[in-house]
Amino acid sequence: MNNPDQTLVKDGVEKSVDPVSSAVAVPEAATRRHEPGEPARVHLPEKLYEKRKAVHNKRIDGPFRRFKWAVMVLTLAIYYVTPWLRWDRGPYAPDQAVLIDLANRRFYMFDIEIWPHEFYFVAGLLIMAGIGLFLVTSAVGRAWCGYACPQTVWTDVFQHVDRFVDGDRNARMRLDKAPWGPSKIARRAFKWSIYLLISFATGGAWILYFADAPTLFREFFALEAAPVAYATVAVLTATTFTLGGFMREQVCIYMCPWPRVQTAMLDEKSLIVTYKDWRGEPRGSVKKAEKNPGKFGDCIDCLQCVAVCPTGIDIREGPQIGCITCALCIDACDRVMKETGRPRGLIDYATLEDCEREAAGEEPKPAWKTILHPRTVVYFSVWAIIGLALLFALGTRSRTDLTVAPDRNPPFMLMSDGSVRNAYTLKLRNMQTRPRRMAIELVGLDGATMWSEEIPMDKASRRIVRNVPSDSTETVRAYVMAPPDTPEQEFHFRLRALDEAGETDLGETRFEAPGDE
Amino acid sequence: MANKRIDEATDTETVGHEWDGIEELNTPLPRWWLWTFYLTIIFAIAYMIAYPAWPLIEKGTEGMLGWTSRGQLANEMSVADQARATVRERLARIPIERLPDDSDLMRAAVSGGRAAFKVNCVQCHGAGAAGSKGYPNLNDDEWLWGGDLRAIEYTLVHGIRQHGDIETRFSMMPAFGRDGLLTPDQIRDVSSYVLTLSGKEEQSPAASRGADLFAANCVVCHGENGQGLREFGAPNLADAIWLYGSDREQIAAQIDNPSHGMMPSWSGRLDPVTIKMLAAYVHSLGGGEDFVEVAADPAIEVDEQP
Repeated sequence: MNNPDQTLVKDGVEKSVDPVSSAVAVPEAATRRHEPGEPARVHLPEKLYEKRKAVHNKRIDGPFRRFKWAVMVLTLAIYYVTPWLRWDRGPYAPDQAVLIDLANRRFYMFDIEIWPHEFYFVAGLLIMAGIGLFLVTSAVGRAWCGYACPQTVWTDVFQHVDRFVDGDRNARMRLDKAPWGPSKIARRAFKWSIYLLISFATGGAWILYFADAPTLFREFFALEAAPVAYATVAVLTATTFTLGGFMREQVCIYMCPWPRVQTAMLDEKSLIVTYKDWRGEPRGSVKKAEKNPGKFGDCIDCLQCVAVCPTGIDIREGPQIGCITCALCIDACDRVMKETGRPRGLIDYATLEDCEREAAGEEPKPAWKTILHPRTVVYFSVWAIIGLALLFALGTRSRTDLTVAPDRNPPFMLMSDGSVRNAYTLKLRNMQTRPRRMAIELVGLDGATMWSEEIPMDKASRRIVRNVPSDSTETVRAYVMAPPDTPEQEFHFRLRALDEAGETDLGETRFEAPGDE
Repeated sequence: MANKRIDEATDTETVGHEWDGIEELNTPLPRWWLWTFYLTIIFAIAYMIAYPAWPLIEKGTEGMLGWTSRGQLANEMSVADQARATVRERLARIPIERLPDDSDLMRAAVSGGRAAFKVNCVQCHGAGAAGSKGYPNLNDDEWLWGGDLRAIEYTLVHGIRQHGDIETRFSMMPAFGRDGLLTPDQIRDVSSYVLTLSGKEEQSPAASRGADLFAANCVVCHGENGQGLREFGAPNLADAIWLYGSDREQIAAQIDNPSHGMMPSWSGRLDPVTIKMLAAYVHSLGGGEDFVEVAADPAIEVDEQP
């Protein structure tokens, strides 16, 4: 009971004799271990939840900002233009270059058409996209986050809208603090309608990938489109409005799994945006540095790097999850360094390893060595092998396909003359965008004949010819009859397209027969 | 548990919990996260009010919207029924002889019949309609009572050996052994002869004795060469298909005291359209026969009500 920081409690009436925080008041008490039986220390204010601190990033110009502009224009152009590209596939298929036709379960991408059973192409592409992210990360760090991620691009768009409507950083901060009045309400209403317009354009463009774009575009505004189209646009408009307009960096810091994965993938050899503290510290203004030459580092503590940051972090605190490596702080710092006549690159793309080297006065590794380390090569090889395998599969795939499913119940039938009959369900796939005549033939199984629903048993032969419509599957039920005492055996159906190309496919199956009982 | 303090290394406040010296740093959650959490609670309450939620003793709470899974199923079923109504109407109007001319309708009938078969017929005829001993295989080309669409439909409507249906398919083979019409030796001889009809046995003195007995007792129904007679549902004895087995003993047992198959008359149990669909399905199994003589204008009643 002799602790200096102890709280006096008598009948629950008297309160603490200490100031608000023991940590502040008695520093040694704060770091000292809390002993069992010791009364509770004084409450610090509750702070389990934190309000979002609005980010009002300042306008900046520089090489990285210009690169960011270029990437933004490119990605948005791809997103908005792609559904309107046309691609001639003949009269039996849609002429949209990129189309995900969910109703008919077809995926069109320029000259490639993918059926559901060829979904491994899409799976392969997704795996390539995943490994591509790893590859980019191991080569140039979080470049995806900084430039190409939709969240980054749209946040950037919305921040430009902020700047356009409310002015730059200081004006926006002032407006934020200003009480609500007619002018603020008008400004906010104007800004949020622009947000909404952008969000609607974002959600609206999305659905154009799933149907013929010009038709859907007209139907949508004529209120004739399917309800799901309106629902999709509504949901995507709402999410874009919220995530791009208001959540912004919160998505990167709290919602997105990718930054968390990145923290595991980055190491001292990874390219990141770094503040070179060995050069910058201790910080001091230009004036102080002039008075005391040699005492201060290059950082003049102008906070420009913080002002331009789209996620509102201070890069000088070191690598952190909020840093998307967009390099705008590099642009800002380089300009200040130029103005104060110091060398550029106080904040720069560098690996932590190189930072140590530079601090020790050594030459940093050449850039190609930073990018081309073993991990990058391994990722690239895996990525390229999958890509080549997909290309190979694409080049050699057949647009004619036959699958054979023998009846299992009953496996065979004894006919009245002692012949044995098996029944098969054949699926003829014509994956070309034109109708084709196709023939099914028996290969092996001597003496057997077959017929189907349209062909009566007495017209049975070893060949069935069918017209298969464009881009579709035709089901044929084939009855195959073999002479008495035919043993059970393997045989094949051969599907042959009756055109110049004459593509074929073999379907292996089994003929069942009564065994010796 | 209010042992909050500022951690020196990270400059972060602790939450005040401590387990043997291990403390937790207070890294605040974003405030909007808390709001989304409250929103989910509000959603859950609204959902419990709107939809069935709480199990009570007799039944659960019903919810303001009155939604039930059974109700939803009933709605979906009635939508499906409406979609099928036109097909059923067309099926009701078309004479079964004309069904093969309309390939779309035929296909619809076959798939409807496949579903009805699974419910009503598989118990005896098997899932693949392959039958078993005493239950005919419907896939092959042997038909006791006829295998064209009209004959199959008739069998379905009136059944086989059904009491109470005057038009039912009916026949009765005498119990030659049990009733003393033939002696056991004679039955053996007839069995030998029957086996020669399909080439299962060589000619023998017993078989030729059996031939005389067959001519005297069996040809009325089974025909001179044992080819059978569909009017009486008498099976063909000269082919490879045997309903009750092709062993000498099995044949002798069938002559001695025959088994007779029965099939319900479905007219009272299933509607005419379903029966028509079943006939189409059975006919489609691979052994269906064409009509022997196709009438120019078949004078058959048309079921008016679907």
